Amino acid sequence: MSENTIGKKSLNWVDSRFPIVDLFERHLSKYYSPSNINVWYLFGFLLLIVLVMQILTGLWLMMNYTNTAEGAFSSIEYIMRDVEYGWLIRYMHAGGASAFFALIYLHMFRGMMYGSYQKPRELIWVGGWFVYVLLCAEGFTGYVLPWGQMSFWAAQVIISLVGSIPYFGEDLATWIRGDYIVSGITLSRLFAFHVVLLPILIIAVVFFHILALHEIGSNNPDGIDVKKHTDADGVPLDAKPFFPYDISHDFYALGVFLIIFCSVIFFFPEGGGYIIEYVNYEPANPLSTPAHIVPSWYYTPFYAMLRAIDFSLFGITAKFLGFIVMAAGIAIFAALPWLDRSPVKSIKYKGIFSKTFLSLFVISFFVLAYLGSVPPTEVKNLLTKVFTIGYFSYFLLMPIYTRYEKCKPVPERVGEAI
Amino acid sequence: MQPKSPPNPGRRKFLTYSTSFLGLIGAFFTAIPFISAFKPSARAEAAGAPVKVDISKLLPGEMMTIEWRGRPIFVVNIPEENTSFVTENLARLADPDMADPSQPDYAKNEIRSRKKGIAVLTGVCTHLGCAPKYYPEAKPEDFDSNWQGGFFCPCHGSKFDLVGRVYANVPAPTNLVVPPHFFEKDNLLVIGSDGVS
Repeated sequence: MSENTIGKKSLNWVDSRFPIVDLFERHLSKYYSPSNINVWYLFGFLLLIVLVMQILTGLWLMMNYTNTAEGAFSSIEYIMRDVEYGWLIRYMHAGGASAFFALIYLHMFRGMMYGSYQKPRELIWVGGWFVYVLLCAEGFTGYVLPWGQMSFWAAQVIISLVGSIPYFGEDLATWIRGDYIVSGITLSRLFAFHVVLLPILIIAVVFFHILALHEIGSNNPDGIDVKKHTDADGVPLDAKPFFPYDISHDFYALGVFLIIFCSVIFFFPEGGGYIIEYVNYEPANPLSTPAHIVPSWYYTPFYAMLRAIDFSLFGITAKFLGFIVMAAGIAIFAALPWLDRSPVKSIKYKGIFSKTFLSLFVISFFVLAYLGSVPPTEVKNLLTKVFTIGYFSYFLLMPIYTRYEKCKPVPERVGEAI
Repeated sequence: MQPKSPPNPGRRKFLTYSTSFLGLIGAFFTAIPFISAFKPSARAEAAGAPVKVDISKLLPGEMMTIEWRGRPIFVVNIPEENTSFVTENLARLADPDMADPSQPDYAKNEIRSRKKGIAVLTGVCTHLGCAPKYYPEAKPEDFDSNWQGGFFCPCHGSKFDLVGRVYANVPAPTNLVVPPHFFEKDNLLVIGSDGVS
């Protein structure tokens, strides 16, 4: 018993100087989540674990990486061949990037399906969207660091997109590169972004995202507000504490995730060219473009949109217009809370139009992802245009179809029959 | 205890605003070194000096690639029997009149070259900066059944003719850029300078 007393004393000592018990209760043992949440609610936790893994493996990679045009490529070879377990740490980091995007897309789709972006969770959604944007930048800057052919040409293509901005675009692109072409100067500044600026921002915005979530609480597959019905102590009736109930589910999910993740990084570390592209095993060569430039799989839907625009409009060049459309494809997610005029949250109770358009969005996303990863042909170009329209119609027609469609009644309590 | 309100609120307000304003000016000037440090350094600028090339060994129909400012510069020797495209293929081009200033004035002519038969072009696609591939012969190709010879960009399918003029209805918006160049001697090409005209 004396140990317990010492433990209790120490806790009291800390707690009277730092609100450790209060924080534990508020965010874990007395933080309630709806009792009907399902498998789609596991990805947030997994994303957090992947973030920690990326920071840890990134730190270790940085110890042996050289951020110069002359040294970068061979320092990666050095990590892969000479550093003990360097190959594993690098595969974890590269595979972790793909896992990060796969999980964030699932996490975002959950929000779209169950209307988790709707009032009062707009800021949670916008914060999460901002994490996604930062993650895109983090993925891009990291992709450049090995300084292989694909690294170099991806940087060339992406930075020259900025050059399409009228009047000052070219100067802006030179300013970003710090050179007239992508060079070692560009490499080392992208490195600084990748390891310092962007991770700090990502951690900060993730923190904001979770704080905002814990203020409101999780949505659920029915879109029911569980805080409406509470017991005498104010505890929601249709909910359970995050600790120990949700966290044990989350750890089970982590086990499943790790089985899949480890299978990939142990047996298919290059993911058939999707996690690490084969062309990137050649050192960067500014004088020779690879025959076929493809971005990582997680950017291909937006890359396809860029390619879909091969015409000028209203005096805007095709190149700049493509850039605008691509940026809009990413930006438009942030507007979802204000585009959705539906009185119900979940797709379960929304009408036929919402279901149709959400399906159209998913199909368009996958088709564009495919089209963005293969060389262009005339037929594929046409398809890209069609599905770019499909993608945007989900968002842009939403204020109309969500307002006029017929919704099903939402139950008042979880599990209640209508 | 509540602090007493300042005896002269107008003066307090003026001090608050004027200090904030001066602080903003300070912040603006503090930003200058940070923004300027992003610009190409003196070394990067110096690396942009002109290069000299001997083109005496460049046979008709051949192309050589020279590096200038880290960019590939294509020098093409266009065979005399193959120059009909210059005047006959205009209908398929996006900007046959060269309205876009992507060439110096001395190359803004029918043959888009300073010297007849020698095209000097920046080998960077004006769409997204890939290097276009050289398909010199006028014969049907996979990407164009009526190909007149020129450059095809494998990234997004942009097409240019042998003097770098862009085809219509491709992603690239403008002709390939003709870099500043002059001929110091008949076969000695200098890239990166307009020379004395």
